[in-house]
Amino acid sequence: MRFLLRRALFYLVTAWAAITINFLLPRMLPGDPVQAMIARFQGRLSTDAIASLYVLFGLDTQTSMFSQYVTYWGNLFKGDLGLSFTYFPTPVSEVISQSLPWTLSLMGVTTVISFVLGTMIGVYAGWRRGSWIDSLLPIATFFSAIPYFWLGLIAISVFAVTWGAFPAAGGYEPGLIPGFDWEFISSALYYAVLPALTVIISSIAGWILGMRNMMVTVSSEDYVTVAHAKGLPERRVMLGYAARNAVLPSISGFALSLGFIVGGTLLVEMVFSYPGIGYVLFTGVNAKDYPLMQGIFLIITLAVLLANLIADVVYLLLDPRTRKA
Amino acid sequence: MKSALNGKTMAGLAIMGFFVLIAIVGSWLAPYDPSAMSSDIMEPPSGAHWFGTTQTGQDIFSQVMVGTRGVLIVGLVAGAIATALSVLIGVTAGFLGGVADEFLSALSNIFLVVPALPLIIIVTSFLPDAGDFLIAFVISATGWAWGARILRAQTLSLRQRDYVEAARATGERTWRLIVFEVMPNLTAIIASSFVGTVIFAVLSVITLSFIGVASVSNWNWGTILFWAQNAQALAQGAWWWFIPAGLCIALLGTALALINFGIDEYMNPRLRTSIGGKVKMRVGFTPVLRQEGGRS
Repeated sequence: MRFLLRRALFYLVTAWAAITINFLLPRMLPGDPVQAMIARFQGRLSTDAIASLYVLFGLDTQTSMFSQYVTYWGNLFKGDLGLSFTYFPTPVSEVISQSLPWTLSLMGVTTVISFVLGTMIGVYAGWRRGSWIDSLLPIATFFSAIPYFWLGLIAISVFAVTWGAFPAAGGYEPGLIPGFDWEFISSALYYAVLPALTVIISSIAGWILGMRNMMVTVSSEDYVTVAHAKGLPERRVMLGYAARNAVLPSISGFALSLGFIVGGTLLVEMVFSYPGIGYVLFTGVNAKDYPLMQGIFLIITLAVLLANLIADVVYLLLDPRTRKA
Repeated sequence: MKSALNGKTMAGLAIMGFFVLIAIVGSWLAPYDPSAMSSDIMEPPSGAHWFGTTQTGQDIFSQVMVGTRGVLIVGLVAGAIATALSVLIGVTAGFLGGVADEFLSALSNIFLVVPALPLIIIVTSFLPDAGDFLIAFVISATGWAWGARILRAQTLSLRQRDYVEAARATGERTWRLIVFEVMPNLTAIIASSFVGTVIFAVLSVITLSFIGVASVSNWNWGTILFWAQNAQALAQGAWWWFIPAGLCIALLGTALALINFGIDEYMNPRLRTSIGGKVKMRVGFTPVLRQEGGRS
């Protein structure tokens, strides 16, 4: 329990740090977002609008930094992340809550598939070290070195443009209304195949390599030899003795690589124009929509912290040593 | 040292060397000005244009050649800064222990958990004019934490070794202990974390250019993909526009990963794949090597 409390405290501190970075960024960096906005709208903004923009960005020199910070926190607790420029006058929180489910489902499913599949292949590759599976390692390395977005571009060019088997962009059939009916869900699944495959193919190699190396290391531990000597079936030694211990670094690494996976998924969404948070971030970046970008960064960070906490609980269940401490 | 230079490492170093060479001489060897337009619009690869041309008649081969420099500069500069940071923070934390360790570990853990790419995207897009060195700096500010974590763990185990204790007993100063007793034994880890950071930095800078956050007037492989995407090269079937740059990225990434495998296998011989052909883990397989230091 103490372990979990410590972790929870750490995540709180991290969340505070991320929020504070978010608060400080527009105030510390040399660029003036409001000037950029004024230039972009070319005199179509009234003086009132400009004044409110300055307040929105906290570039209002009338109030002190500290009171700005307090107001910022107050707004956060109300769920107020400001107004989006691109989707004006929709609040940022609404834009995000519309796109978040897409990203969460795409990322959740692909990450689980990639982790489970990659770990299983890694178990076999490590157990049968020197077999033909080892010759797949350089190929896996090559695939893990390919940027997610480029693999997505190739997938579009082969499967969507040339072959025409899958749609090149979007999250569902254009005419459909999102809802929980079979027609919409099947369409959404069909549109998700290519982005999901892209994410799985480029992320699986990391799990295979990590698990293989850990299996090789664990296989020569004494307890594995003892398990063999007891005459246990090989399958049981491999899965129950070696793999169970070898998977621990993968689980703790899972939490840490999550930030990386999120980055990759965002890019895949950009390439496929998938209606998730990555695509919204892309439009936000192109339009210099600072409130939207900052809101997305905040939500992504909080989501990653939550996922980390879940990974910690899983770790706690798998490794009795952490429970004793 | 011979074992460090096995086939994988050699292959990785060879590819890496090739790219470094192109980065240095690429802009002189490039047959055309990468930005110069011509009347050869959207031509597939030919003798005159090895990688074909873009929608405005620019030569893609020249763009790839010239763009190599930007990618490698950002990768190596960011790798060097981030490695320096991680050595400074990781080794200090591991060696000093106590409150300093708690604080520095918490700091690197925070940087590890916060998703780096969205942070880099946001910081870079706030900057008015993001050149190569500025981007390298932003990337290294977010990419040092992983190395710091590994270095801290290794330093923790090293500082209790007898030879360090002996040096301490003779009255050596702390900085001397760190620089001359501990650091030499961290060389392999530092090297591998440098290579890892370069991979991260290369992918980051290409991503930034691809989504148009970094200045798109500087040529690098990501910029080529940015223009290809903007001109809808995919829908027009202009595969030559995005295949070469992507393959270069994958090749460079593979080369760096291979170098890292070589370092890993040098540090942990059990990971080697090619010792005496097939090895099967069953009864009777008695490993001679014990993990250094054991599990304490």
